[in-house]
Amino acid sequence: MDDLLREFVTETTESLDVVDVELVRFEQDPNNAKILDNVFRLVHTIKGTCGFLNLPRLEALAHAAETLMGKFRDGVPATKEAVTLILATIDRIKQILDSLEREQREPNGGDEDLISSLEGMVRQVTAPGVNAEQAKQSIGTLAPQVLERALKPGEVPLDELERVFRETEVEPPVRKPAKAAAPVEASAKDDEQGKGGSQSIRVTVDTLEHLMTMVSELVLTRNQLLEIVRRHEDSEFKTPLQRLSNVTAELQEGVMKTRMQPIGNAWQKLPRIVRDLSNELGKQIDLEMQGADTELDRQVLDLIKDPLTHMVRNSADHGLESAAERRAAGKPERGRIRLSAYHEGGFIVIQLADDGRGLDTDRIKAKAVAQGLATEADIEKLTEAQIHKFIFVPGFSTAAKVTSVSGRGVGMDVVRNNIDQIGGTIDVKSVAGVGLSFTIKIPLTLAIVAALIVEAGGDRFAIPQLSVVELVRARAGSDHRIERIKDTTVLRLRDKLLPLTRLTQVLGIAPDNAGDVEKGYIVVAQVGSQIFGIIVDAVFHTEEIVVKPMSSKLRHIPMFSGNTILGDGSVIMIIDPNGVAQALGSTVASQMAQVASVAKSAVTTDDATSLLMFRAGSPQPKAVPLSLVTRLEEIDARKIEVSNGRHMVQYRDQLMPLISMNENVRVKGEGAQPLLVFTDGVRSMALVVDEIIDIVEDRLDIEVASDHPGVLGSAVVKGQATEIIDVGHFLPLAFEDWFRRKDQSAVSKKRAVLLIDDSPFFRNMLSPVLQAAGYEVTAAASAKDALALLAEGRDFDVVVTDIEMPEMDGFQFTEMVRTDSRRADLPVIGISSAVSPEAIERGRRVGFDDYVAKFDRQGLIAALKEQTDLTRAA
Amino acid sequence: MTEGADHRLQEYVTAMIGGQLFGLPIRQVQDVFLPERITRVPLAPGEIAGVLNLRGRIVTLIDMRDRLGLDPRAADAPVMAVGVEARGESYGLLIDAIGEVMKLDDQLREANPVNLDPRLAQASAGIHRLDGQLLIVVDVERVLDIGPAALAA
Repeated sequence: MDDLLREFVTETTESLDVVDVELVRFEQDPNNAKILDNVFRLVHTIKGTCGFLNLPRLEALAHAAETLMGKFRDGVPATKEAVTLILATIDRIKQILDSLEREQREPNGGDEDLISSLEGMVRQVTAPGVNAEQAKQSIGTLAPQVLERALKPGEVPLDELERVFRETEVEPPVRKPAKAAAPVEASAKDDEQGKGGSQSIRVTVDTLEHLMTMVSELVLTRNQLLEIVRRHEDSEFKTPLQRLSNVTAELQEGVMKTRMQPIGNAWQKLPRIVRDLSNELGKQIDLEMQGADTELDRQVLDLIKDPLTHMVRNSADHGLESAAERRAAGKPERGRIRLSAYHEGGFIVIQLADDGRGLDTDRIKAKAVAQGLATEADIEKLTEAQIHKFIFVPGFSTAAKVTSVSGRGVGMDVVRNNIDQIGGTIDVKSVAGVGLSFTIKIPLTLAIVAALIVEAGGDRFAIPQLSVVELVRARAGSDHRIERIKDTTVLRLRDKLLPLTRLTQVLGIAPDNAGDVEKGYIVVAQVGSQIFGIIVDAVFHTEEIVVKPMSSKLRHIPMFSGNTILGDGSVIMIIDPNGVAQALGSTVASQMAQVASVAKSAVTTDDATSLLMFRAGSPQPKAVPLSLVTRLEEIDARKIEVSNGRHMVQYRDQLMPLISMNENVRVKGEGAQPLLVFTDGVRSMALVVDEIIDIVEDRLDIEVASDHPGVLGSAVVKGQATEIIDVGHFLPLAFEDWFRRKDQSAVSKKRAVLLIDDSPFFRNMLSPVLQAAGYEVTAAASAKDALALLAEGRDFDVVVTDIEMPEMDGFQFTEMVRTDSRRADLPVIGISSAVSPEAIERGRRVGFDDYVAKFDRQGLIAALKEQTDLTRAA
Repeated sequence: MTEGADHRLQEYVTAMIGGQLFGLPIRQVQDVFLPERITRVPLAPGEIAGVLNLRGRIVTLIDMRDRLGLDPRAADAPVMAVGVEARGESYGLLIDAIGEVMKLDDQLREANPVNLDPRLAQASAGIHRLDGQLLIVVDVERVLDIGPAALAA
């Protein structure tokens, strides 16, 4: 193709995309002259170029559209019909461009239909009043023209031309490169091109792809060289290789950057699509987009584009109810679709949420049974979330009515397929009547990361450096020592007890030196706020690895995030610390649990809590969540002092009060006294117990509540009835003002708090604390229950919600709450055991008013006070 | 008549797996290679023998004996791999020995006998009677239908 023509096609296509978006914006904001100017200018440029390249069809269309838009600029109101007509014209122009690209000439055919409607519209809008005004603007006399023949479409009578000449003197004379002259308000993209006009060149995608492949090869080759040099200590290659290594790293970074594009590019067409859909379906739809500047690899972008468009269509068509239905359900008439994208720990997370009717669980069930995907008996055993996952099964579509919008035979299975291809995962959350949200998680493919190469069970594995905090060589008697509490090993690292796991154990492979903990190395890893130790047999070195996605047959294994080819040519697996944390029974990794497959979620025990088992005063075991315990200590009983009738011990240069669990526990006079140390800020207290038994992983379901102070109730832990200790009871015994704050008495009217936590333990623990602080507490066991309470019209002054919950987490809950305009100002405080900067950022984005760590009771009470005072003031 | 017969001719790469002759449609076979430096994948489904690096690509190996429900291979027995591709991913099917390429008339392909072992039947697209032995036509798509995706489908 002619270079000039190709350039024209590319540029015009881009301009038209902008026009699409801008026009929709203009329709919503018809008084914004800047938007109109921008659109007008773009169309004008297209028209001008067409004339130059001799493309009469395009020129005629662009001219007719421009004329109509000119009327808008003259102050004629932009009607929906007029905008639709212009959009249709732009679609036609795109069609012509398409065939122009293929056949290098304009296709045959005419556009009289569109042009005459456009002209008709111009006449219609230029009705009386406006006409007179225009006539006034024209100065001088116009000789009436008699036409020799009928005008061809797009042709302009001479007198019209004359008139235009008279009127256009307002236009500034210098306006050659349209893009360079772009006003600052023009879209960011335009702006960039304007500034860097002379410094940017167009490169084909193939060239970049090839470059990237070569860089990946270069990285692998460099790794091979490094491997060789490592074996020869005094090699003269060392220095130049170091240089090569650095240059490669820079090159790689540079090339990766060229491939990154903002995700907004994939979203560009959505406002137009939603606008057309909302007209077609007669629904009012708001489309919100957040994080459009989040950059991702263009290969990923290409694959994600169609699925996203499809999902937005689905939301508009099936998800959102009609205005009447919404009114009836007590929702605002305008439906909302929210699209957001952000980075989260090596992944890009894209969320699409609507406030529509949610998935129809019964219909999915019926269909799954009808299609033979599950038997009726089986399906009754599945949870709602598991049933929802059937929508990803090939050929599964729930729309009862096939509409022209989304009944096109493509379903969520196609979406999943595309996401699979880029090594991503997709998950769905739906609450009937409240809304639906999809979460897509995509790894940064082709990413090159630093990783620690370790050995376990005779195989090598890579652990991403990003999550490695430190490496510890454990030895008996050193400050870092491994302690065994029955079958569980923990690492005492400075002030903390860290849970330990063997890599061979979580991977289910036979260890080489079973039992001999002292021989291994401990990789201390951090996921969110949780720190744990992974025991490996050997640690080699760090290496820059090229992450390749796992085969689709292996992607379900939560322990691996990918695989890579090492310098020596062998393939190794990349450990996913999230997966390991999850195997440790932590709740921190619940985000990973969300994306677990149907098969896995049926057996996952993400409710398991680490419990410290001990005996105090009676043979019956007692337990407390390990996460509440700061340290386990055994002190020499002779060091215990009595002061003011209370037992104390000098501990880390402070006096630490000792509290007996109950009157039956005697503080020992000699020997070693086991203690559970609890720390809050700078203060520590210790519970005196008889014996520490074990650390176990089990679900914590308090079955029998207790009236006994200090005991929350009884639960079955590892098959044995166990008393669960209320730590909150003992803390004030040590320091009377532990919870009591001066300002507490100021609360006159009781404030209503809605407390949401899926764990009965925390509900039971926090409710009394909040009550004691003067709040009226209503507890809900899930986000769904809480939404139901809100839907019933119950009034709350503030909501305190756990973040990690099954089915719907705290983030999603808050998003749902915020979609309801009546609740837009309801303060929401997130509580979580994982207080990472990312989580806080995410919380801020979804609309948390505050974010407090789960065990920070003082922080929670302070946050509550602040939030309720705010609402009172408001 | 001969022209018609030509049309119906299918080319197969033959392979011995557990003493049985199998045929893989030649258009699906990318290459045949000697699997070396296999990395085992912990927690993987049993039929996945591991992964390896083949000229810069990561290839997932499927042990055909395991996949077809045949006896496991002796530790020191020779092994070959047939490279196939599906959905942009590379797989290697582990077999005992590679045979010749055969042209067989598709019309002579017979349906699976009803008493064929279900694991074999699942991976078979039919049977050809040859001189003195049977050739089972491998349905590559179905062989690759493993892992959690197969469970959901």
